[in-house]
Amino acid sequence: MAHSMAQGRFATDRPAASAARPYWNPYLVGILLGLVLLATYLVTGRGLGATGAFSSVAAAIAGAISPEHVAANAVHAKYWNDGAPLASWTLFLLGGALVGAFVSGLAGGRVRWSVERGPQVSDGGRLALALAGGFVAAYGAKIAKGCTSGQALTGGSMLNVGSLVFMLAVFAGAYGLAYFVRKEWL
Amino acid sequence: MIFPLSSTMEFSVAAGLGLAVVLGFGFGFCLERAGFGSARKLTAVFYFYDMAVVKVMFSAIVTAMVGLFALSAIGTLDLAELYLEPTSLAAQALGGLVFGAGFIMGGYCPGTAIAAIATGRKDGLAFALGMLAGVYAYAELTPGIETWIKATAQGEMTLPSITGVSMGWFALAFVAFLLFAAWGMGRLEDRFAGLRPQS
Repeated sequence: MAHSMAQGRFATDRPAASAARPYWNPYLVGILLGLVLLATYLVTGRGLGATGAFSSVAAAIAGAISPEHVAANAVHAKYWNDGAPLASWTLFLLGGALVGAFVSGLAGGRVRWSVERGPQVSDGGRLALALAGGFVAAYGAKIAKGCTSGQALTGGSMLNVGSLVFMLAVFAGAYGLAYFVRKEWL
Repeated sequence: MIFPLSSTMEFSVAAGLGLAVVLGFGFGFCLERAGFGSARKLTAVFYFYDMAVVKVMFSAIVTAMVGLFALSAIGTLDLAELYLEPTSLAAQALGGLVFGAGFIMGGYCPGTAIAAIATGRKDGLAFALGMLAGVYAYAELTPGIETWIKATAQGEMTLPSITGVSMGWFALAFVAFLLFAAWGMGRLEDRFAGLRPQS
């Protein structure tokens, strides 16, 4: 059906692999994702998250260099977890997510070593922008106390005012900058 | 009240982390199925030719919201036991703007970068490394921001708590708005279809 169109969405520098199948209906996946979020709430009393996992890894790295430094740093200390920063709930959540996404991608014929970019940017340029974008997004998530998972999805479903403000601000920031980075994507 | 289970039972560390992996599997599976391992699919929403990001997020939020409300209404879930991130309007507005800029530059958000890595995207890996550097730099260079967030925080704040209108009415309004938005997004995608990459 929409086969060729689906290929176009993740085409990169090389011709699209012929095995890739279309994604699922977004509303259907949204409902499934909502049920995963609901299940997480029912079991743990907290929702999903992602940025915390990166903070845990950062604390682990800082701790490997100097445990005293971690104890003295208010941000690292929050993720130190009594000396076991990698035994972090969110880090294991992302570990599971990595496997789940791999299984889904494999079943859909969508696993391929590639750099995803528009036709008007080089691989190197795209990778540099991805690195920089990750840095900026991490800063934003730290300031906002959460990201698309922890604030937008998790807080949004509880009608948390801060989460709804965050969501509006994310779209405002991204739409505001979209014109200037259009060559990276279109 | 049975739920949340965490309010009545104590999970061992191993059990807790095991649950994290299981729930994470579902999380990652959904993200990849939606196409969120793809930076161009994600950023398409900012050029209006594919609104999947909004469709998925909105329907996920509405689904969880309706579920939370329904379970609390029949007395099986205690909403007060659920963790609520305290609202700090300035922090969430500023952080959101910065996050949005990083999102459109980098093509991913923290969770979707994992789905990208899982499907072999080197740019997803670069984004994740940038994130790691970002959270590290935040802790080292600007730990004072934490103090500012705490000082400016308004505290726990939800739409039902500040308006006095029940969560059920909001859930109903969100469902209605989603149906309307679904129609609108379809129109938008048709109008901007020319931007859809052909290669």
